[in-house]
Amino acid sequence: MYIVIVGGGDVGLSLTRLLQEHGHEVVLVEKDPTRYAKLSEELGEAIIMGDGAELGTLLDLGANRADVLVAVTETDQDNLVICQLAKLIYLIPRTIAIVKDPRNEELFSSLGVDATVSSTGIIASLIEEKIDAGMAIPLLAFKECGLEIFKTQLSTESSIIKKKISQLDLPKDLIIIAALRGSQVIIPKGDTVFLPGDTIIMLIREENKEAFKRLFLEAV
Amino acid sequence: MKIVILGCSRVGAMLATYLAKNGNDVAVIDSKEGSFVRLPKEAEVKRILGMGVEHDVLKKAGIEEADVFLALTNSDNTNLTAAQLVKHTFKVPRVASRVYDVQRAKSFEGLHLNIICPTVDTVEKFKEFLKSG
Repeated sequence: MYIVIVGGGDVGLSLTRLLQEHGHEVVLVEKDPTRYAKLSEELGEAIIMGDGAELGTLLDLGANRADVLVAVTETDQDNLVICQLAKLIYLIPRTIAIVKDPRNEELFSSLGVDATVSSTGIIASLIEEKIDAGMAIPLLAFKECGLEIFKTQLSTESSIIKKKISQLDLPKDLIIIAALRGSQVIIPKGDTVFLPGDTIIMLIREENKEAFKRLFLEAV
Repeated sequence: MKIVILGCSRVGAMLATYLAKNGNDVAVIDSKEGSFVRLPKEAEVKRILGMGVEHDVLKKAGIEEADVFLALTNSDNTNLTAAQLVKHTFKVPRVASRVYDVQRAKSFEGLHLNIICPTVDTVEKFKEFLKSG
């Protein structure tokens, strides 16, 4: 995939490194000359200096062929406008933004940003989920279509361990994306068996959240 | 009319003063205390210190009862975000924003936002001047 990341802060830099390691083509856009100079020593041609909301900047890096644009600058207003321009002018299919003020999440979604990440929101849900259900951690919400990506670590109590996936009665619209066992990534197939301690990452419809909690977190 | 102006810029301050003088209920939001010096002391304008893209600040300025919202900070992105926030979340009936960048102005006009682009207007003025010579 060709991924454009706007904002060379800690998040932007780490994301660039990680996605490069995963074999993606990544370009990071940074506005501040001092920060740019510092980062370009490490990133070389994978970083350009410019304002991600300026037409010229995105044109230079070929934004029209980008698959994803991620806006992780310091302010919500820059992130929103950058994502909107990416959609309007460059027709980039997917835009993701960091949202500082969790109250802006809904606004961003309704204005066409495909996915929003709010660290305050995640921490709040972490706290509430802890009290509420044990350990379902929301990673990403696609508010418009009511989908969420969760991760959870299976305990010995979970009702889905030591059974083949094909034998599980999974709710409709629940997709197990991957299981992490230590450093191993397991892409689930029908005969995959989950073990206690596995971290499961799944996509789920919001209305099925309760069913998911019963299935993954409680004993039979 | 109840009018909220974001940005006590030169334009913001001048408009606020004019609108207040003409019997409107006007509030101006700015993130810098120093910006309010642009308002004449006697101007009957509510001065709200804070970031205009924050819900609490907008509410303090009376956005929930506002008839008009004008985004006049010097940042295009702040103006565009505030205008959309106010239109979608607070349902203010009339919203307009200043956008300097011509490309951004064009793109967002397509989203049914009322955009005033001083860059285009200034160029037109200069063209007129040159023609008249």
